[in-house]
Amino acid sequence: MPRVALFVTCLVDMFRPTVGFATVKLLEDAGCTVEVPEAQTCCGQPAWNSGDRATAAEIAKQVIFAFEGYDYVVAPSGSCAGTIVKDYPQMLDGAWRKRAEALAAKTHEVTSFLVDVLGVEGVEADVPRLATYHDSCSGLRGLGVKAQPRKLLASAGTTLREMEEAEVCCGFGGTFCVKYPEISDSMVGDKTRNAADTGAEMLLAGDLGCLMNMAGKAQRDGRGLEVRHVVEVLAGMTDTPAIGEGSK
Amino acid sequence: MTLHEPTTPQFKQNAHEALRDENLQSALRGARNGFVGKRAAARAKLGEDEFDGLRDAARDLKNHVLANLADYLEAYEGKVTAAGGHVHWAETAEDAQNIVLDICRKAGAKTVNKGKTMISEECGINDHLAANGIKPVETDLGEYIIQLRGETPSHIIAPAVHVTVPQVREEFQKAHTHLPESRDLSGLDTLLSEARGVLREKYFQAEVGITGANMLIAETGQSVIVTNEGNGDLSQSLPRVHIVMASIEKIVPTLEDSSTILRVLGRSATGQDMSVYTTYSSGPRRAEDPDGPEEYHVVLLDNGRTNMLGTEFEEMLRCIRCGACMNHCPVYQTVGGHAYGWVYPGPMGAVLTPSLIGVEEGGHLPNASTFCGRCEDVCPMRIPLPKMMRHWREREFEKKLTPGAARYGLGLWAFFAKRPGLYRAGTRLGMAALRLLGRGRGRVSSLPLAGGWTATRDMPVPSGDTFMAQWKAKR
Repeated sequence: MPRVALFVTCLVDMFRPTVGFATVKLLEDAGCTVEVPEAQTCCGQPAWNSGDRATAAEIAKQVIFAFEGYDYVVAPSGSCAGTIVKDYPQMLDGAWRKRAEALAAKTHEVTSFLVDVLGVEGVEADVPRLATYHDSCSGLRGLGVKAQPRKLLASAGTTLREMEEAEVCCGFGGTFCVKYPEISDSMVGDKTRNAADTGAEMLLAGDLGCLMNMAGKAQRDGRGLEVRHVVEVLAGMTDTPAIGEGSK
Repeated sequence: MTLHEPTTPQFKQNAHEALRDENLQSALRGARNGFVGKRAAARAKLGEDEFDGLRDAARDLKNHVLANLADYLEAYEGKVTAAGGHVHWAETAEDAQNIVLDICRKAGAKTVNKGKTMISEECGINDHLAANGIKPVETDLGEYIIQLRGETPSHIIAPAVHVTVPQVREEFQKAHTHLPESRDLSGLDTLLSEARGVLREKYFQAEVGITGANMLIAETGQSVIVTNEGNGDLSQSLPRVHIVMASIEKIVPTLEDSSTILRVLGRSATGQDMSVYTTYSSGPRRAEDPDGPEEYHVVLLDNGRTNMLGTEFEEMLRCIRCGACMNHCPVYQTVGGHAYGWVYPGPMGAVLTPSLIGVEEGGHLPNASTFCGRCEDVCPMRIPLPKMMRHWREREFEKKLTPGAARYGLGLWAFFAKRPGLYRAGTRLGMAALRLLGRGRGRVSSLPLAGGWTATRDMPVPSGDTFMAQWKAKR
């Protein structure tokens, strides 16, 4: 049984613990032993993308130290997994770069890990709902996550109705949504309109940043979309309130 | 100096206004799918493997050029001179202004025709000529439209992409007063043929023609321009004097190499296999030629580019100005090119502008990106645009130009992120407070310190105690 370390990501830890538990369930169902290293906080992306290279490198070392002892590292986020896979080796030099590269080689986004690494064909969940899927940028372009979540959703009986410009950024962009809120708002407005235009009941994605952005916009505009992380559907955890929804 | 003052430092305000400009928003909506779909179709038609292989070849070719730039430029100069042309080296935009004005004066020019050239925009040639009593006439349809409107280009290949058809109609009715007021201007074809008619006359009036150059060829001393309207040919072959304005990185070694670039250029820009007109010019008319210019000048502009060599921004000099990055950039699609506040908009501008006017002036641009990566994905020269924007952010951070609130917030976050125990306690407390604010509704519609977000979006609040706390309690 592979020993998998869950990198839960800061946003999931703080805002959407369900996604962490759904990821654990999917990994355990697939035969993994899941552990959650205590020393994790954040992948360091806020510093890296803000030009604070020194801080980003310090945090990268902390993550490498905490996670390098496992067979695999899995995150329910293409963005955070992408930081470890693509960026850590760029942040560090010498022996640390070697360790960063070794960690990068065994770090995966969750749906890609299930399908591409473990060869999982389907999930046990039965969620016969109509959904649309937003392809988050880092997962899509950085890690090649496109077919994997769709394949798993199909196995859960979830029907996807593709939206226009599914591959276009939702306008979250980490600190971008804070620095340029008006532009970000216009982008997420396009995104949630495209999603709603499909007539789907659920809007799914694989990254909590995008999901919170899209949920917040869809709710303000009264789009009537249930916004969820894709693993919640795959783990059959759709009885919990959707993102940004209170208890019913 | 009569350069357009960059409004890049006001990017946020520019963007704010752009988002409220209904005409602009309508024009941008019209353009976005056109460019994206056409490039995708052109790539598919050629075969994705062949197209991407060409991109690799083009990248390698330009890397080789940049490693041997001085040699190729010298070889090029030798060929141009041997053909009877003149090469002028302009270190700065002002130098280029003076060189161009000097040539125009010596030619006794009253009117100068221009084929589209972004380098002349970079050097503010139009304003400089006009200030010295010489009338510049833009002959590219898009450039002609914005010249009538008193604007600068908002896109490097589609300068008037921000203008709607009704606005063009209105502009023509205002400008072309010699034509009957009741004429039919309802269709795109009638607008086009009217512009053609007007411009046709101007071709014969100019003493000097200025064009840009998509490439310069070291082997042959030729300059290459591509257009879809043929205006480049007419601008350069009818007047007595032809001036080519080009920046130094436009050089390629051989004639064969130019075809590699052309094969990725058209497909990336407009989805065409090739542009309609591709013109190679090799100096002034020879004794046996029936026509062509009597004088041929090339103004080679540096304007900060050699400073980019050997730095983390060198790869930017591979850019062939196809505009694919801006066509695919969701930020450009949302605010348009003028918001960027200087000659080069979109992702390529976000890297190039700070290189040319300084990160102090251009710092907004590399920040106004979500790093979605689409620009790099479509760049025919495989320029790692997001990576270079991040390098600018590093320079900005090092120079302490990053706004105080962002630096403070980042510092606070980093303090906790590096101390897992404290972080754990802090996030639990913070999230409990946020949950309370949500009061069972699951979201808040107003949040202190996140006013930008909650002005137009709700903010989801945590759905329970932190994952780490719950996990610890369970196991």
